[in-house]
Amino acid sequence: MRSFAFWSLVVALLTYMTLPTIVVLMTSVNPTEILAFPPQGVSFDWYAKAVTYPDFQVAFRNGLIVTACASTLALIVGSAFAWLIHHYEFRGRGLLEGVLWSPLIIPHFTLGFGFLLLGGAFRLQQGYVMIVLAHMVLVMPFVTRAVHVSLGNIDPALARAAANLGASPFQVLTRITLPLVVPGMAGGWLIAAVLSLTEFTASLYVTGSRTQTLPVAMYNYIREYADPTVSAVSALLIIATTLIMLVADRTIGLRRVLAIDTH
Amino acid sequence: MTATPTQEASRPITSQEAGSAVDIVRVRKDFGSAVGVADVSLTIRKGEFVTLLGPSGCGKSTLLGMIAGFVTPTAGKIVVDGADITDLEPYRRDIGMVFQSYALFPHMNVHDNIAFGLKMRKLPAAQIEAEVRRAISMMKLDGFENRRVRQLSGGQQQRVALARAIVIRPKVLLLDEPLSALDKNLRAQMQVELSELHRKTGLTTIFVTHDQGEALSLSDRIVVMNKGSVQQVAAPVELYRRPANGFVASFIGEINALPPGRCEVKDGTASLVLPGIGPLAFPATPAAGFAPGRQVRAFLRPEHVRPASAGEAGPNIVTGTVEAHIYQGSHTITRVVVEGIGLIETRVTGADIVASAPVGTPLALAFDLGEAVLLDAGE
Repeated sequence: MRSFAFWSLVVALLTYMTLPTIVVLMTSVNPTEILAFPPQGVSFDWYAKAVTYPDFQVAFRNGLIVTACASTLALIVGSAFAWLIHHYEFRGRGLLEGVLWSPLIIPHFTLGFGFLLLGGAFRLQQGYVMIVLAHMVLVMPFVTRAVHVSLGNIDPALARAAANLGASPFQVLTRITLPLVVPGMAGGWLIAAVLSLTEFTASLYVTGSRTQTLPVAMYNYIREYADPTVSAVSALLIIATTLIMLVADRTIGLRRVLAIDTH
Repeated sequence: MTATPTQEASRPITSQEAGSAVDIVRVRKDFGSAVGVADVSLTIRKGEFVTLLGPSGCGKSTLLGMIAGFVTPTAGKIVVDGADITDLEPYRRDIGMVFQSYALFPHMNVHDNIAFGLKMRKLPAAQIEAEVRRAISMMKLDGFENRRVRQLSGGQQQRVALARAIVIRPKVLLLDEPLSALDKNLRAQMQVELSELHRKTGLTTIFVTHDQGEALSLSDRIVVMNKGSVQQVAAPVELYRRPANGFVASFIGEINALPPGRCEVKDGTASLVLPGIGPLAFPATPAAGFAPGRQVRAFLRPEHVRPASAGEAGPNIVTGTVEAHIYQGSHTITRVVVEGIGLIETRVTGADIVASAPVGTPLALAFDLGEAVLLDAGE
């Protein structure tokens, strides 16, 4: 009886969490031009339209450029901050950490709006530079955290052992510390990339019609057409992201480096 | 006259001795207002195996850290092979170290771990290979070269850590509680291997432990530390037989502390007069430090207290009540409460005493006072 109640609860929770996604995925195979649920048949025509529609193609390319730049910059800056926070006690360290975490608390629309206003002031509005800067701020907490956790997982005796064996501080960094945080950096970069690729709220403010990213393009599309193409794009995005995450978990032990799995 | 270890150990320690490998000269380390290590001076000879022994927080690890260069002394200097290294960075010291956690590099295999120090020294590749091969065979790690260190057992990791430290031919080898992570059987085996390694390499070795058993079995000399200060420096046998103070006496092995008393000679018999108990007789040769009129505390090992045989009487026999038997296989420790003295432990071979002197019954004990350690009563 107890186990029946337990499993009911689990199933209810899983359903609640996945139902919206499942609905979208199911509408993507609807053969007619309406977003009907439940679908009235199975067709993959909308997938063909999704990958050939010019706006989506451009937006996907824009998204990749923004994601690659923003995640990589966030990785460099975030790793440096993580290293600083990990290694040094200094005045204002708490404040620095707070600022690094702030994008988790501050609404994305506020950040997007802020960057839009700043962009106006610096004549950068709706260009790639502005979008990359905005995304970089949004994903920074995740990269910093991933690298910080990786640094914390390194036995401090390793650096001393290396020094004892004759490694200078620079050699300790390049031969011991860096190789051991690379998985964490890669994991942080991936999380950042996925977040950046699918970010919508802030992107809505900082992108223009030529620079719109995929989620913004999807939003603009659905304002005009209510056909299942957007569902198909969603499905493709989910599949691609899942595949990347699975591969990452296999190769770098994503769960371990992100401290989701402590084994 | 040849120097026996005991005499060697009791030699006065002077700084800057010729042939010394390590000179620690009035080294001090303060942590804020707390003293970590208080003005320690110590000279370690070339090839010697010296153990820093003491409870946790006694300063032994801090002292080791200062020799390795990870801890900066507040005052004093450290000289290795005649060169003052007090202000030298750790990576320029040529001192090998085995860490408590082994600190093997997890992203390298066994071979690369061992080769690391040689690569840092920029030796030619062929020489690195030869040296690594030698260290691998010395530590019996043949066939494990390409293993990841995570795949190794505790004992194997320990041997990699040792190989990695000795392959650089360090001036001194530091061992920071290297056996504490191993289970009991492996610990005994590694003790033997450590001893063998020291004999083969002749490396000056400084070993840190809180385990008196390891210290006694491995060391040429033991430095007993407590609260940042050196309590006694002596060879194991000397330390066990002649502890310099109450701390050393009770830290090394088990020992019974008798209440303060006075040394006296009456009718040609040397005795220890305990208030409320009366005189306990010394044998013909009294314990070292016996001087008529001296106020002392006598310390007596459990093996020097034996149950008196039936009808045995004499001036060194006291009677108490059996409180407990602690059976330990080859022998039994029996705890006896003696009025006026307190708790006395006696160590008897076998388990017969458990039946012959049940808990709660009286038991007469004979004190072998000739083996007692006499310390000033103020201790």
